[in-house]
Amino acid sequence: MRHVLTIAMREFKVYFTSPIAYIVLAMFAVIFGYFFTAGLAFFLDYSANMSAQGGGMGAPPLNVNQFVIEPALGNMSIVLLFLAPMITMRLFAEEKRSGTIELLLTSPLRDYHIILGKWLGALLLYACLLLVAVVNISVLFVYSTPDWKPLAVSLLGLLLMGGTMLALGTFLSTVTKNQIVAGALTFGLLLLLWVLNWISSFESSMIGRLCEYLAISPHFEQFSRGVIELQDLVYYFSAITLGLFLSKRSLESLRWKA
Amino acid sequence: MIRVEGVTKRYGPKIAVKDVSFRVERGEIVGFLGPNGAGKTTTMRILTGFLPPTTGTATVAGFDVSQNPLEVKRRIGYLPETPPLYPELEVDAYLRFVARIKGIPRREIERRVDCVVRRTSCEEVRRTLIGKLSKGFRQRVGLAQALIHNPEVLVLDEPTSGLDPKQIIEVRRLIRSLAGEHTIILSTHILPEVSGTCGRVIIINEGRIEASDTPENLTAQVQGADAVLIDVEGPEDGVRGRLESEEGVRQVSRESARDGRCVWRVEVDKDDRIPRRLAEAVVNSGWGLYSLQPLRLSLEDIFLKLTSHEKAAVDGDAPGADQVPAAEAAPSERADEEAKQA
Repeated sequence: MRHVLTIAMREFKVYFTSPIAYIVLAMFAVIFGYFFTAGLAFFLDYSANMSAQGGGMGAPPLNVNQFVIEPALGNMSIVLLFLAPMITMRLFAEEKRSGTIELLLTSPLRDYHIILGKWLGALLLYACLLLVAVVNISVLFVYSTPDWKPLAVSLLGLLLMGGTMLALGTFLSTVTKNQIVAGALTFGLLLLLWVLNWISSFESSMIGRLCEYLAISPHFEQFSRGVIELQDLVYYFSAITLGLFLSKRSLESLRWKA
Repeated sequence: MIRVEGVTKRYGPKIAVKDVSFRVERGEIVGFLGPNGAGKTTTMRILTGFLPPTTGTATVAGFDVSQNPLEVKRRIGYLPETPPLYPELEVDAYLRFVARIKGIPRREIERRVDCVVRRTSCEEVRRTLIGKLSKGFRQRVGLAQALIHNPEVLVLDEPTSGLDPKQIIEVRRLIRSLAGEHTIILSTHILPEVSGTCGRVIIINEGRIEASDTPENLTAQVQGADAVLIDVEGPEDGVRGRLESEEGVRQVSRESARDGRCVWRVEVDKDDRIPRRLAEAVVNSGWGLYSLQPLRLSLEDIFLKLTSHEKAAVDGDAPGADQVPAAEAAPSERADEEAKQA
């Protein structure tokens, strides 16, 4: 475990000694800030209208969770689609190019120390993005009383979804020396997994349902409503395991091919 | 300490190392010598557990590299050809990272880092980003990295490549100072490195071991022969004939000619009196003797002989064809090396 943390901390620090962390954080802060502000403005406008018309009398007040937080975090997951490849593309490709992979592979480490460490390092940076979102959302707690439990569940969902994307990205970073190739492959795969469920709207056969299940985004929907479903947990955990397992296989094959 | 038995490594159809066997005892410094692409790096990577051998076994300190890679890696310090450095880290932070992944207990890390930094004379760059270091310092930090867990075995892949002459001397001195407490395998294609630092030389070519002995024995073993460079003013044919007729002379070849003077390279039996007889022969014939320089067959010549004999056997119809360029190349290379040494 100590080895995993050592690797994870180095990866995490590297993001901050290179421009990557700042670019990713800044892009995310701006885009999420925009979504959040626009959503909030719309909500305020809408609820002002409602009370002006007096139509809301007797009906429960509009729910901040449902009208502000849920759409903002939903949009955020799309931004992550673009940011995840930027985070993972360097993980192994850079070390393969510069030859530092030799240091890791000739140190008394097991493959899973290296892979888990790198994935955790990436996940830490990703958690920083979530923190930016939390800072934005926390403003709501000053002026209103949103329910924190669905928010916590959404964040858990985002963490799992991000973990899945990063695990797949980690794997694709092991297959090449070229960071651009790793990034492009990751983006392509994630985008495909993102839109895979569209087919199910007109294709109700076995294949349609399979695509629906394999897609990343539908599994987040329940989380964003504050619902934890076993099948979603199973999906994310098995996807993360698969990504990390493939990385391990790929790292092993490096020794045979090198 | 290190035992390699019948190791073969294939990459697809290509054989990088073929049936290599050797042993290295504790405290020895062994040099792998061979042209680029001979299989030195592959052999070293197999020893460090980076690559598994296709067939054969390699053991380090009694542990098999395929079956017990972690134990082997704990006991080996490895400096690859390009030092594995993270340019975005400071030297200190980098060494602490390496110390941690090598499994050094937390409380000893500072002490070990201090120790290797002193050992490799890197004190002045401890707080410098590795990306900003000169090549010489990078190589030293690479060595520091290999030494940090005080390994029993050091594997150094071309530790002096790309350094300037002063740095080469420093690194060699450092390597020599490590002898005794560590068993060292280093690879190089530069010969003085081997004669200057190694107790034993393993000459490897096209994936096979061609010879393995001390530098002195190799020199003696390859030939009981020497060569003399002799600068004579006189008729070319006459001089050649006279030199060839002298007892103990094996071969005479012209190195260069200018203004009626020629420099001849005379290959002779090992006999201290031959240069004297050659001088007498020239002077008694009334020709001008400008210089006479006995040459000892250096490791370069041995190396070229050993690594090209296979080719000679293939091009059997042109005997010695590969030895003429060898003889020509050797003095200039040696001059380069001497310049470097100076």
